[in-house]
Amino acid sequence: MVQTITRIPVANLSNLKARAGYSLKIDDKEIALFRTSKGQVYALENHSPHPKGGVLSEGLVSGEYVYCPVYDWKISLVDGLVQAPDTGKVQTYAVDIVDGIVFIVL
Amino acid sequence: MKKLVMIGNGMAGVRTIEEILKLESEQFEITIFGQEPHPNYNRIKLSNILQGDASFEEIIINPLDWYKENHIQLFTGESVVKIDVEAKTVISDQGREVAYDELIIATGSQSFILPIPGADKQGVTGFRDIQDCEKMIKSAQHYKKAVVIGGGLLGLEAARGLLNLGMEVDVVHLMPNLMERQLDPIASTMLKAELESQGMNFLMEKETVEILGDERVTGLRFKDGSEVEADLVVMAIGIKSNVEVARNSGIYVNRGIVVNDFLETSVPHVYAVGECAEHREIVYGLVAPLYEQGKVLASRICGKVGEPYEGSVTGTQLKVAGVDLYSAGEIFEDGTSTKSIMIYNEFEGVYKKVLTRDNRIVGIVLYGDTKDSTRLYRMLSKKEDISGTSVFQMGNNTEEADDIASMPNDELVCGCNGVTKGTIVEAIQTQGLTTLDQVSHCTNAGRSCGRCKPLVNQILAHTLGDQFDAAAEQKTSICGCTTLSREELVAEIKAKGLTSVKEVMNVLEWNNEEGCTKCRPAINYYLGMIHMDEYKDDRDSRLVNEKMHANIQKDGTYSVVPRMYGGVTSAADLKKIAEVAEKYEVPLVKLTGGQRIGLFGIKKEDLPNVWEDLNMPSGYAYGKTLRTVKTCVGAQFCRYGTQDSMALGIELEKKFERLDTPHKVKMGVSACPRNCSEAGIKDIGFVGVDGGWEIYVAGNGGVDLRAGDLLTTVKTQEEVMEITSAYLQYYRETANYLERTSKWLERVGLDQVRQVLGDKKTVKTLNERMDQTLKKYNEPWKEAIESEDIQDKYYAKHTIKVGE
Repeated sequence: MVQTITRIPVANLSNLKARAGYSLKIDDKEIALFRTSKGQVYALENHSPHPKGGVLSEGLVSGEYVYCPVYDWKISLVDGLVQAPDTGKVQTYAVDIVDGIVFIVL
Repeated sequence: MKKLVMIGNGMAGVRTIEEILKLESEQFEITIFGQEPHPNYNRIKLSNILQGDASFEEIIINPLDWYKENHIQLFTGESVVKIDVEAKTVISDQGREVAYDELIIATGSQSFILPIPGADKQGVTGFRDIQDCEKMIKSAQHYKKAVVIGGGLLGLEAARGLLNLGMEVDVVHLMPNLMERQLDPIASTMLKAELESQGMNFLMEKETVEILGDERVTGLRFKDGSEVEADLVVMAIGIKSNVEVARNSGIYVNRGIVVNDFLETSVPHVYAVGECAEHREIVYGLVAPLYEQGKVLASRICGKVGEPYEGSVTGTQLKVAGVDLYSAGEIFEDGTSTKSIMIYNEFEGVYKKVLTRDNRIVGIVLYGDTKDSTRLYRMLSKKEDISGTSVFQMGNNTEEADDIASMPNDELVCGCNGVTKGTIVEAIQTQGLTTLDQVSHCTNAGRSCGRCKPLVNQILAHTLGDQFDAAAEQKTSICGCTTLSREELVAEIKAKGLTSVKEVMNVLEWNNEEGCTKCRPAINYYLGMIHMDEYKDDRDSRLVNEKMHANIQKDGTYSVVPRMYGGVTSAADLKKIAEVAEKYEVPLVKLTGGQRIGLFGIKKEDLPNVWEDLNMPSGYAYGKTLRTVKTCVGAQFCRYGTQDSMALGIELEKKFERLDTPHKVKMGVSACPRNCSEAGIKDIGFVGVDGGWEIYVAGNGGVDLRAGDLLTTVKTQEEVMEITSAYLQYYRETANYLERTSKWLERVGLDQVRQVLGDKKTVKTLNERMDQTLKKYNEPWKEAIESEDIQDKYYAKHTIKVGE
């Protein structure tokens, strides 16, 4: 089986503001892109694992976490893990930054 | 892989599966059959649903994703009708046949329905599952009189729920005392009096013999010939184990499915757990023993040599309609060998009784204050000799510490969530926790009913030893990121001249560098309140609705509600709204509760365009700010109107719109005491009378229904504006963030507020600070339309197609 890795340029790093979330749609995938105050960029599926769902891109960003805007779950931007006492995991995507261009690796 | 099948998808069964997955996550291929069309939910919380405190989604314990992640095949809405113990297969009511190596029966129980004439009529229900709840909620919408049969825990919870739903409730009980299996007559009488004051009516010592009515119930008849009307009958007299499938398959059944100390039934490879199981002649109905069974069964199935289950003898800790109760062991004096020790404080509603025999505790009943329960229970179970000791310790800390120290690590502290002392201690030590909130957050302890919180706090104090800051614990910190209270935070900001959210968190040594969803919006508010027009708002410290200037809906779309001052509109504005609704194919156009029009279901990326097309200011229907000023038609058109309510409403709304307040603020203006704008349940309400205005404050029409208090009566519209401004500013400066005016006023007291507003000089300075604050606001929708930066950061959605 041939495995294809797709690297998609999604943004100029300089356009991304700290502590902000951006929503992207790549084909059918809804993705939330975050930049932390330390400058790291993370990409997650833009969907909360809460049973009622909801988007993540508009959540409050604190350090390497985002709080789901609708049900206030605390989710790690690094590994997508929902923090205790709630449980679950959000799909994460690798991010590559080359020459100021942000790529998402699918 | 071995095949594990479970019949039943309830709390005890699924907890067993969770324990199995913890021990051996790869060993089994698991199939679960559930009769109800739902994933596993928290049955204990049904009364919360009934009381409107929770939605069904909120009480789901294991969402469907959990089953998927653990590769569990779940068949909901499907029950097993036959177990072929020879062939080791189960057959469902839909003809599905599934083979097993190990089979767990966890079918639970059902409400016991009295076998009397009429019990099958419409409007008769048990109180056991979500369907029963729905039936009761629906009945409450159309009917007014409910009768609950059964004065035990379940019956009283159902009755409390029905009261909340606005029904009149009679509770019928066969015995002379409520909850007679847990309470003695004194405690029972206290409980009854408390519940009567809450509005329940009791029919004691009545035996129901017939349910009256045609298709639907209309009443009950009792053995003594008397009758009572009823539109809804809830039977809560007990439970009956679901044993049919076991019995039909040749498994030995008594009252429940009989199991030994390893939860094995009479047939090899078949086990039973939970309310369907009978262990040493006891069928347990409380969650803690069932979770203990689950643990034992899980190790048995995984082939581990574990401790046998030897029965649970825990006491029962209950909360009925706001009253804490605890009961364990024997309840009644036998007249000869027992002696009791009692504390009876009728004034504070506290009653404690310990029953002793031969110098040892054999029974405990606690009413109103249950903090002694753990210690007393241990004395009971260890059969300690109590001669020379005083059983009820009054605030003796050494004793308390000894208590915690001697408490075994595996002792359950939070029965709702199955959290042991060991788990709590470990979390405190490994994660460096220092407050009760943090412990609850990390371990779940105390997060459900909250009764164990005092005990969790004692464990925290004991574990931390000298590091435990009792004062810090007692005052309410604004969130887990700091130990500062609201007052301390505000004082620090002023004293140190802090000017940004980031600076506050840095200088005041927040333990969570960038804060959380509780403190960030609060700090942002306090800074804006203190520094008035000199503060630059931190938009990213606001939560989604305020940050986006629109209300997020559950599907990620938004609602848009333009300002309509005083609820007064025009043909031109209505046309614009109609055109926008058409152009953007808005799924829902609705009049809101605050006299304006809402457009619901708008995509995030359309928001700036919608606002531009509307060209109207934001109605702030999403903010901690002035929402609307509801007005009646008033003297301009209404023949009863004594004042111009629309004009005052519009002036108020124009002056105070966009102002940040600790929580939302609603106003209403009526032109006469008929009060069509419902000003009596607004944060500030104005009622026109001949020659002036009455000003009502701290009304609330929402969660904490409260009628407003008359603050004062003034003569002119100018005075109205001045008093309102001063009142609002005083609220802004003294309330906790997220404290509505109704709660705030009760905390500070109407007299105090009157005194402040009675001083002309104070009113003047409050007005000055208000006016200075109001200078800073801009129209946010206009700002978004005009700024590409804002649009790009908050409203853009980039769509990328791969390979093009």
